[in-house]
Amino acid sequence: MLELKNVKKSFTEPDGGELPILDIEDFRLDAGEQMALVGRSGCGKSTLLYVISGISRPDSGKVQVGDWDITLFTEAECDRFRAEQIGYVFQTFNLLPGFTALENVMLGMRFAGGRVDPNRAKHLLERVGLGHRMTHRPTQLSVGEQQRVSVARGLANRPRLLLADEPTANVDAGHQQQVVDMLRDGCREENVALMVVTHTPEVARQFERIDNLEEFNRAVVIA
Amino acid sequence: MSLWKIAWRSIQQRALASVLTAFAMGLGVALVVSVLVIHGVVDQSFRRGAQGYDLIVGAKGESIQLVLNTVFHLGMAPENIPYSYYDELIEGRFSRAVETAIPVAMGHAYKTYPVIATVPDMFDRLKYMGDREYEFAEGRNFDVNQPFEAVIGSTVARKLKMKVGDTFRPTHPGEDITGDAEDESHEPITIVGILAHTGTPNDRAIFMNLEGFYHFDCHQGGPGTVRQYLKGKAGDSNTTKSDSAESHAKSEESKSDAAPGLPGIDAADDHDHESPPAKLDSHEHDDAEHDHAKSPDALAELSHDARDNPHGTHHHGPTPLADRKLSAVLVCTDSDNQALGMQLRSIINEENDAQAVAPTEIISQLFDGIIGNIQLILVILAVLVVVVAGIGILVSIYNSMSDRRHEIAVMRALGASRMMVGTIILLESILLSLGGGLFGLLLGHGLVGLLAPTIAEHTGVIVSAFQFQWNELILIPGLITLASLVGYVPAAVAYRTDVAKSLAANQ
Repeated sequence: MLELKNVKKSFTEPDGGELPILDIEDFRLDAGEQMALVGRSGCGKSTLLYVISGISRPDSGKVQVGDWDITLFTEAECDRFRAEQIGYVFQTFNLLPGFTALENVMLGMRFAGGRVDPNRAKHLLERVGLGHRMTHRPTQLSVGEQQRVSVARGLANRPRLLLADEPTANVDAGHQQQVVDMLRDGCREENVALMVVTHTPEVARQFERIDNLEEFNRAVVIA
Repeated sequence: MSLWKIAWRSIQQRALASVLTAFAMGLGVALVVSVLVIHGVVDQSFRRGAQGYDLIVGAKGESIQLVLNTVFHLGMAPENIPYSYYDELIEGRFSRAVETAIPVAMGHAYKTYPVIATVPDMFDRLKYMGDREYEFAEGRNFDVNQPFEAVIGSTVARKLKMKVGDTFRPTHPGEDITGDAEDESHEPITIVGILAHTGTPNDRAIFMNLEGFYHFDCHQGGPGTVRQYLKGKAGDSNTTKSDSAESHAKSEESKSDAAPGLPGIDAADDHDHESPPAKLDSHEHDDAEHDHAKSPDALAELSHDARDNPHGTHHHGPTPLADRKLSAVLVCTDSDNQALGMQLRSIINEENDAQAVAPTEIISQLFDGIIGNIQLILVILAVLVVVVAGIGILVSIYNSMSDRRHEIAVMRALGASRMMVGTIILLESILLSLGGGLFGLLLGHGLVGLLAPTIAEHTGVIVSAFQFQWNELILIPGLITLASLVGYVPAAVAYRTDVAKSLAANQ
């Protein structure tokens, strides 16, 4: 479902020099597969997620999601593809503060350009245990509840792939397992491939597949 | 969930800044609306103020001064014309072109309000603001046989707390008219009627009998009279039949003297305007249709009545007819023959004795030439205020962009295109502008409504909160254009937001 071939990404340093961030020869993730991606800070985990989702373009290589090589897309096509095919769960939740929990879930549907389905949004919120807090704004929700809204939003458009960037980093220990369970159960029920970036061994250990980016990212090895 | 709603939620998110920004825009729009509405109403009222008659005949000189003084009772009274000129209009060589002529003599005042001497037909025959007839809120019109009667405008009645039955003494021209001074040498004038509110300058004026005016000490002389000419009107109850006879005779005489080739008007240059019409009292017949002027007997009686006035004020007889002067004559030309009316104006202006001006033309020139420019300047200033308010929106949204970059990045990460987030920012700008504009529209009209009583009191112009001007419609596309222009900069910032960098900055 997801295949990266010879993907390279580097940033320009203030002195004009090139700083390699990613150099991945081959990386695959099957449809519906769930995995944890680990690695030290600065090894390129978030950059990898940006490249997979089309937020950042690789300098070279191929990023195949399903039948599409997203490196060939225009930016607008990439945006549309991301809205329709990829869900995103952020470390800091990134719920839009002006919108209710329900509206935050529906926002993703709106950006995908399709029909906004309030019933599905409500269903997702009920599934993460927030059926009674749909009209609450993010500031009226606890940290754990915000992350659960974020999970529901990530699944709203029935994506092929859900990318979760350290989803438990800002959640207290008591709620970490709850978030992981929701991610895994939700993706399993919707047959969505799941890639969770995490620093937390307890979280990583729950996945059958654990990849350490430092081991297959040649840019890190070189650095 | 529409982009409008997303933009609206963003505005709600920054409620205080948004309200203040829209408020600033609203103030600008309110200023524009106020200028437009008040100017529109003033324009209409000014133009309507002179309706009811076609020409003002007065002394040669500044036509604007004549119109301002006669219509709006403003400024110094112009030079006078001899009373005999009025005779020319009603009975003499101009009579065929004249339907109604109302003589007015100005220059006196009472406590800042002008006292205008005229004839009852000022209110019986003339109309105002189109086809509206003068009505009396209290009392009645003054009687042509009672020289010391007067009616007052509604504003005068309210401001001076005067009522029917009260008396006053007008002050001489040039005297202090701002205080409470009354001229004891003038006979007291009794108020017999209060005009209903008209929204014209007449609300702020006092109208007394012209005959009484000629009885004032400052106008002393021999016997004389006031004549009204009401062509085509049957049976004026205030005049005598013998008077009708002489009017008719004079009129017929003049018409028969009209030069061939000119349809009824003889542009005789050698006419003696300083003399009363010849054979004033030599004809007798009972044609009620021409029952308009007073006979010498009636005059003598009138003078006697005046001397025996109930206030017992001593005075001499009225001004001799030959010495009488008028400030102006308000003329309704014959509506059945407009060519005659045009000819009347031309002939009067070609001669050296008087001028005839069309007040609507002068007022239009005045408005278009002077007041129109003032309005333009006011509108430009008001539009500049709106533009400054628009820049305020730009600054407000632009300043919020640093806080919102992350929000925009999240939207982009969720799949929103650059165009979409740019559009949301533009819509936000448009909502703020239109919201502020709507508020300004209501505020502007509300202010006009609140100020309406004050404006009416000071200017006589009736304004209403619900008087909309067509050019207010320009505000809507104007505000959208302005909002699009000022929203472009922050929208471009949103458009160029680096998603990965902005997301990473908040991790």
